[in-house]
Formats: sequence, C-alpha cells, structure tokens
Amino acid sequence: MDGIAVGSLYALIALGYTMVYGILQFINFAHSDIFVLGAWISYTIAVGLGYAALSTAPPAYAGVLILLAAMATCGAVGFTIERLAYRPLRKAPRLNVLITAIGVSLFLQNVGQLKWFFGTQPQRMPPVLDDHVIGTLAGVQFHSVDLIGAATALALMLVLDWLIFRTRLGRAMRAVSHDIGVASLMGINVDAVISFTFVLGSSLAAAAGFLYAMKYPGLNQPAHATWVLLGLKAFVAAVIGGIGNVRGAMLGGILIGFIELFGAAYLSPHLRDIYVFSILILVLLVRPTGILGKPVAEKV
Amino acid sequence: MNPNVRRRRFSIASAAVLLLSAGLVACSGGGKESTPPPATPAPGAASSAPAPSGDAILIGHFGSMTGSEATFGQSTDNGIRLAIKEVNAAGGVKGRPIALKTYDDQGKAQEAGTAVTRLITDDKVTAVLGEVASTLSLAGGRVAQQYGVPMITPSSTNPKVTQTGDMIFRVCFLDPFQGWVEAKFARENLKATKAAILYDQTQAYSKGLKDFFRDAFEKMGGTITTEQAFSGGDQDFSAQLTTIRGTNPELLFVPGYYTDVGNIAIQVRKLGIKVPMLGGDGWDSSQLAAIGGDAIEGSYFSNHYSFQEDRAEVKNFVEKYKTDYGATPDGLAALGYDAARLLFDAMGRADSLDGKALAAAIASTKGFKGVTGSISMDANRDARKSAVIVQMKGGMPVYVTTIEPPPL
Amino acid sequence: MIRGAVPVVIGIALAVLLQLASGSIISPFAVKMLMDIGINVILAVSLNLVNGFTGQFSIGHAGFMAVGGYVAGCITYYGSTLLWGGTQVRAGWISDGDLLFVGGCLAGALVAAAAGYVVGLPSLRLKGDYLAIVTLGFGEILRVMLQRTNDVVASVEEIRHASLPILATSLGGSLGFSGIPYYTDLFWVYAFVAITLTVALRLKYSSYGRAFLSIRENEIAAEAVGINTTRLKVRAFVLAAAFAGIAGGLFAHEVGTSLNPRELGFQKSFDIVIMVVLGGMGSVSGAVLAAIVLTLLPEALRGFSEFRMPIYALALILMMILRPQGILGLKELWELAWFPGRRRRATEKAS
Repeated sequence: MDGIAVGSLYALIALGYTMVYGILQFINFAHSDIFVLGAWISYTIAVGLGYAALSTAPPAYAGVLILLAAMATCGAVGFTIERLAYRPLRKAPRLNVLITAIGVSLFLQNVGQLKWFFGTQPQRMPPVLDDHVIGTLAGVQFHSVDLIGAATALALMLVLDWLIFRTRLGRAMRAVSHDIGVASLMGINVDAVISFTFVLGSSLAAAAGFLYAMKYPGLNQPAHATWVLLGLKAFVAAVIGGIGNVRGAMLGGILIGFIELFGAAYLSPHLRDIYVFSILILVLLVRPTGILGKPVAEKV
Repeated sequence: MNPNVRRRRFSIASAAVLLLSAGLVACSGGGKESTPPPATPAPGAASSAPAPSGDAILIGHFGSMTGSEATFGQSTDNGIRLAIKEVNAAGGVKGRPIALKTYDDQGKAQEAGTAVTRLITDDKVTAVLGEVASTLSLAGGRVAQQYGVPMITPSSTNPKVTQTGDMIFRVCFLDPFQGWVEAKFARENLKATKAAILYDQTQAYSKGLKDFFRDAFEKMGGTITTEQAFSGGDQDFSAQLTTIRGTNPELLFVPGYYTDVGNIAIQVRKLGIKVPMLGGDGWDSSQLAAIGGDAIEGSYFSNHYSFQEDRAEVKNFVEKYKTDYGATPDGLAALGYDAARLLFDAMGRADSLDGKALAAAIASTKGFKGVTGSISMDANRDARKSAVIVQMKGGMPVYVTTIEPPPL
Repeated sequence: MIRGAVPVVIGIALAVLLQLASGSIISPFAVKMLMDIGINVILAVSLNLVNGFTGQFSIGHAGFMAVGGYVAGCITYYGSTLLWGGTQVRAGWISDGDLLFVGGCLAGALVAAAAGYVVGLPSLRLKGDYLAIVTLGFGEILRVMLQRTNDVVASVEEIRHASLPILATSLGGSLGFSGIPYYTDLFWVYAFVAITLTVALRLKYSSYGRAFLSIRENEIAAEAVGINTTRLKVRAFVLAAAFAGIAGGLFAHEVGTSLNPRELGFQKSFDIVIMVVLGGMGSVSGAVLAAIVLTLLPEALRGFSEFRMPIYALALILMMILRPQGILGLKELWELAWFPGRRRRATEKAS
C-alpha cells in the first residue's frame, strides 16, 4: 500500500519532468524543488489558516483549499521560472540550460531556508487529513491518508491524460513536443503552450508535495538531502517510463515506488537509494528510451 | 622560445605572487568579515562589583546555529552568553572581561574543523567551547589538541571525544553511563524485559549509546529483540518499524536526535506500536513536541537536568534564562552555562592563561556546583554526575526521577 | 622534454618558497586557506578537462575525490600504524612519513582513475543530460557504499592482526574517517598544483587538446574527421578522476578535515561545477581564478553564510543568461586583450 502511495507521488512529479522534456528536450532539475516548495507552502498555508500542528483535523474542505492554493502558488512559481530563466536560453546549447536549471534548483532550495521563508528547522505539518486505518488485508494496513493520496493522484493523472489526449490544448502540446518549429508555423502559440506546460507540471508537483506532507508530517528543512533524493527518484521514474511519454511517467512512478519499498523491506533499508540509482543506470545503458518510449535512432 | 611558454611562465609566476600576497593579506587578520558581536555587555555600572577592565579574554564557541540540529547550538550559545554576562557583571576573571566569538558549523564535521581552526589560529582564542554533537566535537577536538588550546564540550557524550587528547574536557556525563541509566530505568521503573532498538547509523552518538544501552540492559537480565538502523534525515521508517513490531517488544529505545525522533514517533504510533519509547539527551529540544506531537506523549528520555529540579542553582538559572530569553532553558543551555562558568572558574585558579596551565586548572576541578549537578573532573577529563529521567507530558519534559552513578 | 619540465620546476620552486614561509610569514589560518585554495584549484582544473575541454557534463566529481581521499587516508593511517606503531606525523622536510603520504595520494589517484574508467566507459556514450544524471547517480552510490563501511580500527594491536580486506573496508562508515595524520602542507599542495596546471595547459595546446575541443564544439563533425570521440572522452574523464583523487588525498590529510561521505556528495560536486562554469569552461586560468575566489568568499562572508548558496545559484543563473561562456570563456588569462605583453604579439596567431 505504501508502495502505491509513494509511487503515485513519484508519478505526479515524474509527469512534470516528462512534459518539460517532451517539449523542450531538457531536464528541468528545478522541478523537484517545486515539489518541496509545494510541501512547505502547504504547511505555511495550513498554519496561516490557524490549524496548529497538534489540533484535531479541520473540516475536509480545508484540505482541498490548501491543496488548490499550493497548486496555484507553485504553478505561478513555475511560470515565473520559465519566463525568467529558461526562455532567454531557448536557443542556447543544452549544456547552458542544464546549468541554469541546476542554478534554479539550488536557488529554490536555499532561499527556502532563509529566515523569511521557511527557515532551517523541521516542522510538523498539521493533520489536514485525518488519518486512520481503514482496513487490513493480508497483513497490509490501509491508511486513509494513503488511499486519499493515491486517489487524488490518480484523479489528477486522469485529468491530465484527458487534457493531453482529448483537448485541443493537449493536441497543441503534443504538436510542440513533436517539432517546435513546425508547430509554430501551424499557428500554435508556442510560448503560451510552453508556459502552460510548466504551470501544469508545477501544480502537479505541488499536489505531490501536499500529499507527501500528509503522509510524512515531519517536514525536513528545504535544502535537506532527503528532498533532493526524492526528486531524483521521481526523475528516474520518468526516465524508466520513457521520458517524453506521459503515460510512461505514471507507470514509471508506480514502479519505482514499489521497487524502493520492497527493496527496503526485503533486502536492506540502508541501500534504498542504491536500488533506484542502479535501476536508472541499468535502464539508461540497456534501453535508454524507457519502457514506453520510442527507440530514437541517432541521426548520422 | 615559444611565446606561449613565456606567457605561461609569467602567468604561473604572477599567479603564485598573487596567492602569496593573498596569504599575507589574510594573515594580517580580519577586516574581511563581519563577525558576530562579542557578548561583552557594558561592565556593570550598576553592580556593586568593580567593573572588569583591561584586555578582554577571548573565548570561542563553535556550534550548530543552522541546520537540522540548530536548537542545539542556539541553546548552548544562550547558556554561554548568560554565563558571560554574569561573570562580567561580577568583575570578570582576574579583573578582565570575557568576550565571545561564535562560529556556526552548520552541523557539518568539515565546518567544525574549519571553525575551530579559525578560532584558534585567526582569532587566537584562549579556550574553545563546543560542540554538542559528538561527531562534530571529534572533528573540532583534533584541531584544538593539535594547537594545544583547551576545549570543553558542554554536551558531547561519546567517550571518544575526550580520548582525543589532554586538552579536551567535558562537563556532561558519558554515554556508557547514560546507557546504563536508561537500562536501569527500563528494567526497574518500567519493568521491561524485552526492548527493541532503532538507532541512527550516521551519528557517533547514536551508535555508541545504543551499544551501551544494549550491554547494560542485557547485563540486567533484559533481552534486545532486534536492532534496526536508520540514517539521520530519513523520512520513512516503515520497513524497520514493521520488523520491530513483529518482535513484540515492551519498549522501544531510540537514541537519536530530536528531529528524527519526532518523525519516528509519528510512524511508530501510526503502525499501531503502543509501547513506550525511551531515549537519550538527544531528544532534548523544544522542537521535539512540535514535531512529534501527541505521538511522543508519554515517552521518556534521560537528560542532564530538569528545569523542575528542586535545587537553588536550577531555580536561579531558570529564572535568569527566562528573563533574558523568554523560554525555559533546556539541558543544552544548562550545560553551556555550566561549561562556561567552569571555564571561568578554572581561569581564575590557573597560574596563567596559556594552554597547558589552563588545562591543568580545568583538570583539577572538583565539586563545582553547576546547574546540572556537582561536577568533578576525573582522570579521563570526564565529569562524574547524576542523570535525570523525564517524561513528555503535555508537550513538556516533566521530571520523573534522578539516577546516581554507582559508587566507585 | 626539458623545456616542458621548466614550468613544473618553477612551480615546485614556488611551492618550496611557500612552505618555508608558512608558519613564519604566513599565519596558520592563512596557510589553511592557501591549502584549501590549492586543493580546489586541482579539483576545478581537473573537472575542466571533462566539462570544459570535452564539453561533457559530469556532476559526480566529488566521488573521485572521495575515492582518492579514502584510499590515501587508509594507506597512511593503517600504514603508519603498521610501520611505525602510530599515526604521529613524522617530522622532516621529506620524511618517510611524507613518502608514505605521497605514495598514498598516488595510489588514490590510480584507484580514482580506475573508477573513472569504470564510470566513464558506459556513461560517456550517453547524451549530455543523461550523462549528468548518471554521474550524479554514481556519486551517490559511492556515498552510500562508503557509509556502509565498518568503523575505523583504532587499536594498534588489532591493526597488526587484521587482514588486508578488513582494513580496506574499515573506513569509518557514516561516522567518517578521522585520525588521519596531518601530512598536507603548502609544499605538497602546490607541487601538485604545479603539476596539474602544467598538464592541463600542455594538454590544451596540444593536438589532444584540439581534439577535445572539437568534441565539445561538434561531436558529429569530430567523428566525421576521424576522431574516436568515445575513447578521447573516456581518457579525459580518467585523467580528471586521477587528479581529483590526488586532491582528495591532499584533502584527507589536511588539518581540521575529516572524511565524511555525506560531505563528499553532490553538494561538493556542485561546488566544483560552479567553479568551472563561472571561471569559463575550457579556460585553465579561469578555473584557477574561480577556485581562488570561491574558496575565499565563504570565509569572507561568514556572517552571511546563509546567503551563500542563494547567491551562488543566482550568479550561476545570471552567468548562463548573460555570459554563458563564463568569465574567461575559452581564453586563458594571458590571451585577454589588455594583458601586458599581448599587444606585441597581436600580429602573431596563437599556436
């Protein structure tokens, strides 16, 4: 159950990575930091609304409110980042954009640690969702938080899937990811589509952040290594599923979630990080385009 | 000759010259950094003691002011500053005021080493206070020992720290003793016979403490059902906790730092493990309840003192601390305070303030009345003291009992 | 050949001068700063070989540093105990202890180079972004493996009786490897700096260097002209790893440092990457300058340490947007127009 819960979170984050890669052909290193941001913003909003860490669960609509607020905020942040840091480099060599992405990532992490933002102390997320065991099946406990989390993630993914494959906007996005030049010739407002992609990816990451905070309420400081690792694992999920492929990202996320938790439970918890990275290296060497990706022949 | 070679040589030479001059500039001292202002309050005009005059005696403190264990460093620093304020108001040491320089080591061993190096070689402090985390004290202690400057750690409990050399002292009890205290409490007060352990493998403190607890507990007739490890900062302990749950312990021993303990407690309760948790002084922080919430209620830990103890020194200290800082002092603040005051006491007794003389004076401290108990330096430069057990009730650590060291 | 050795000789002479001056003219803290600078110079220049010259993006460099550091530390620590019964620093200009230390560093370099080969061969077939992630992944795997090693064997007796594999895996685990004797001094650091710089510069102006740069500019064209890009990329990688290993060995034996896997992870790798990027990818002197500045800066801004990373990050972003080639770009310090001596050579084409 944990595997599904965590896996769906990875999937949400992986979606952002994969969408950006599909469109712009680069890895947005800063994406995982939006996830962290989402978690911490959820905390700030919750506290700001007056829900102290140890009080009883506030009404359900509060949870939805915080979720939407976090998604909106992070969407805005994603938009800003794209505008300011990535757009000027649209024509630059890939290496430069990569470095910029790292810069943005570091910036987000460390600015979050400043006093005026979130500080360096870990905090406890107020229990916006009431957690209790719903049932046990074959020794596996089902917690309400996990179920709600997975359900929310699933719902968001379905919405995304619908958006990309059944709407005109989605078609525009797919067109841009195929060939940016031709898409613009066809009259698609490429800039708008790109911005929208970022907003979308960021809000999904924010949702993941909120759900994560629900499951693991002790939030570590924003630049803590644990967050970075989480983001990296989500990236691995995107790669495994086939980077650029939305459904692949979802699949990859769940897979990674399972692999990680089973490895930790049945092999050794300490090597948890290694499993994920080893899989990454394996996949990259053997089938770089991932499970659902199309094999791409290198030109020339 | 090839013009490039000539240019290259010229540049290597000029680079070397640049470096040399950078070095010379650096050695001519500060001016390139903004240091935290030394905590020298105005020599008391209102006090009845003669105001301290003359050159200030500079001492250094390195601690975790930022980072995940930030409350450790901050509390200790507060305690030290309070002690300095008091001693300066009473006329200073040998008529000279004390000044303090604090460096943040961000909770990293690398920075700890750099901070102490800087304190000793650049700021030329007479003595060093720090650190709380044993891993960091080990890193900084090596430097202090290398340069022959006495260092007193207020709260590092791992025995290896004072084994670094004869310049390193501590004013707190040791983990072998702390582990024994916890085992005794578990067996005699909680009547537990089976305990499970969950420890932090990235911290010397946690590893050491769990070994000592295990040895003592087993010697007292208890059994350890399982030992599980995590890495500081981990978020998910379900694998380890599920294993622990399966062994049916009566007690869960978690010798970690408060940040992790809070998280662990949440998951412990979530998995339906209802037995009490027991831990060590690493739990001592106002943030423990903030993170752990009701999951940590009712759990116990051993500590250096409790603000509720019925001793004059404690009451005095707690009151002054509340006035100055608006909060109840935790064990670390008390230890910082004691360490500083013990240092000043030794300075007063020493023939001179040079390393060896000062170290000798510190080593001969006997029966120093501290907030955390009576402190005497033994042959290993460790302090022989009693410990208290507190229980988390209503988000505060409430005093339960005191456990004395066994007679020699 | 003799002419080629001249810069190294000059460098070593300077190193000797520095060493003599240390302790007397130069304060101990300045000595530590200079040593830090030297080590960072080696790290930055070595990473430049990969990131700058060949244009590949490696962000796991600290891993090779860790390898070198641990191997060297292991050799010195256990070796000293086995040979001389203790880990006190053996006095003298170049004592037998120093030789053990240098031997350890070189061994560290070899092992790091081997690691570079193992990592580089498969990875360098990947494109830029993937390579970055894979190097990061390797760095992390190394970190976790180091954290799983056993405690350092402390007692002399145990060391004498322990077998080699046991000693090799007793590296302190996550508590770190402390107790390594302090052999690093200005002489050794700057001797190695001189060697590193000479190698890097000679490489740059040789046909090898031309080949590297061609890979960076247009890999497909380079292949078309007959350059075996993979082999060259791997060579650059291995060389860089070797030098990082030396830097690691120097670092491990420096006063006030202790090897800790957590602190030799991607954070440290990023620090090095920032130096290379800011200084100018492909410029040796640029990397040197950046290393100097970025070593001194955190100390100078100690009061603002919490702003350090955000400022670095911003600087990185702005650099990429406004001046992506870094401060010096591909040029060396002495190739800048206003550098003395340049005007006279204005008509000569640089070789």
